[in-house]
Amino acid sequence: MAASDVQQRAGQLAECGAGNGGIVLGDVGFAYPGTRRQAGVQALAEVSLQVAPGRTVAIVGPSGCGKSTLLELLCGLAQPQSGTISCPPAVLMPQRDLLLPWLSALDNAALAPRIAGRSRAQARAQADELFEELGLHGFQQARPHELSGGMRQRVAFLRTLLSGKPVLCLDEPFGALDAITRGEMQEWLAGTLARDAQRRTVVLVTHDVEEAVLLADRVLVLSPRPGTVTATFDVPLPRPRGRTDDDVVELRESVLAALGADARGEPR
Amino acid sequence: MRSAILRALPAALLGAALLGAWEIYVDASGVEEDLLPAPHAVAAALWNNGGLLWHNFTVTAEEVVFGLALALAAGLALAVAIHLSPLLRRAVYPLAVGSQAVPIPVIGVLLVFWWGFGIFPKLVVVALICFFPVLVTTVDGLAAVDPEQPKLLRTLDASRWQAFRLAELPAALPAALSGARIALTVGVIGAFIAETSTPTIGAYPGLGREIVTDINLQAPRAYAGTTVLIVFAVACFYALSIAERRLTPWRARPRGDTR
Repeated sequence: MAASDVQQRAGQLAECGAGNGGIVLGDVGFAYPGTRRQAGVQALAEVSLQVAPGRTVAIVGPSGCGKSTLLELLCGLAQPQSGTISCPPAVLMPQRDLLLPWLSALDNAALAPRIAGRSRAQARAQADELFEELGLHGFQQARPHELSGGMRQRVAFLRTLLSGKPVLCLDEPFGALDAITRGEMQEWLAGTLARDAQRRTVVLVTHDVEEAVLLADRVLVLSPRPGTVTATFDVPLPRPRGRTDDDVVELRESVLAALGADARGEPR
Repeated sequence: MRSAILRALPAALLGAALLGAWEIYVDASGVEEDLLPAPHAVAAALWNNGGLLWHNFTVTAEEVVFGLALALAAGLALAVAIHLSPLLRRAVYPLAVGSQAVPIPVIGVLLVFWWGFGIFPKLVVVALICFFPVLVTTVDGLAAVDPEQPKLLRTLDASRWQAFRLAELPAALPAALSGARIALTVGVIGAFIAETSTPTIGAYPGLGREIVTDINLQAPRAYAGTTVLIVFAVACFYALSIAERRLTPWRARPRGDTR
C-alpha cells in the first residue's frame, strides 16, 4: 500500500468515526474453501464501504451474492482472506429468530445480559423495561412457539439490542414474514431505531429494495457472486417515510434498475 | 380422572381379549399346565405367592432403578464427552457399540470376582445393557442443534460452555429422555440377565432367579413372576413419560398423543 493510500485510508477512518461506531471495509475478499468434491467459492471480492456511526446502511443484492457472509465478517465470525475491516463489536440478528424454545420470551430477550454474567433477576429486569416499548407487554412468560412470527422477530430484535453492542447486523430480519406483518415490522423497526438512545450503527441485509429505501440512510447494491459494491444510493429523505411517497418510489426504481443491470451483466 | 380411564380403555380391552383367547386356547388344546398355565392359574399363583414375589420383586426393582441411574450417568457423561471431542468419538464409539455384543455370562464371574456376591455386580450388568440407548440418543440429540445457533450465541459473546449449557444441552434433553425410556424397558430384562448370569452362593433373592427356578417346577409361579416384571416395566415407562413432559414443557405434543 502506497503512503498516499495509507493517508487516504486514515482520512476515511477519521471521517467515518471508526472506533466509535463507524465501520470501514477496504478491499475485503472472502472465499469459502473448497472440498475434494467441490471447488471453493469466492463469496466476496474487493468490497469497500464506509458507514458513519449511528447510521443505517442497507445492503441489497441477488441471492447468493455474499450478503450474509459480509455480516459474518463484520461480526467476527469469519476472517477475510484479503483487505481490511475496522468494525466495532457487532451483534448478529439472523433471518430465523433462533429463539431458544425452552426459555420464555423474557429470558430469550435477556440472553445477552445473562451471558455477560448478570444475575437472572437483573437480566430479566433489564429486558422487562423494554418489553412494553417494543409492543411485547403481557408476553413476558410466553414460550416462543406461543408467539406469532412478528412477535418472535421483536423478541429476537430485543435480544440483539440488549447485547449493548454499537453495531447491529440484521440479516433479512423480516424475510420469513408475510407481507402485511412485514410492513408493520418495518414501521416498528424504523420507530425503534429512531428512539434508540444509543444511536446504534445498523447494517441491514435485505433482498427487499423497498425495505432498504424505507429504513436506511444509504443503500448499497451488491453484484452477483463474487459480491462487490456496484452502486451506492444516499437516501436523504425525512422520516417517517411512506412506501408510496414519490421520493421513495423513485429511489426504489433507481435501486431496482441498478440491481437489474447487475443481473444482466451490463457494464456501468 | 375420567379421561385417564378412557385413555387406558383400549389397552385394557385388548389385554382382556388376549387373556380370554389364551384361556380358551389352554382349555381347548389341552396343553399341559407345566408348558403353558392358563391365566386363571397364573392369577391364583400370583395371589397365593404375593409375599414371596413381592420380596423378590423389591430386589429386582432396586437393580433396575439403580442400574438405570448408573447407566444414565455413564451414558450422558460419555455422550457429552463424545460430542465435545471428535477424537474421543472416533476412539470410544466403536467400543461402546462392541460392548453391546458381549454375552453377559462371559463376564459374570469376573464381575463377582471384583465386587462380590452383593447387588453391585448386578447393577453393573444392568448399566452395561442400559447405557447404550442413552448414549446414542443423547449424542444424536446434541448434534441436532440448529447450526446457526452457535453463531448467534458467539456474537452474544457466549463461551463454549455457555453455548453448550444454553443451547445444546436443553436441545438434547428430549432425546436423552427417550433414550432413558428405551433403557428402562431393556433394563428390566437386563436385571433378569444380571441375576441369572452372575454366580452366587446361597440364595440371592430376585425375580430373575425365582422365575428360572420355578419354570421347571411350578410354571404358574414363573408366569406370575413374569407378570410382575411386565407390569413394572409398563409402569416405569409411563412414569418416565410423565417426567419427560414435566421436564420438557416446551415441546408441544400432538393431540391424542398419550405417551
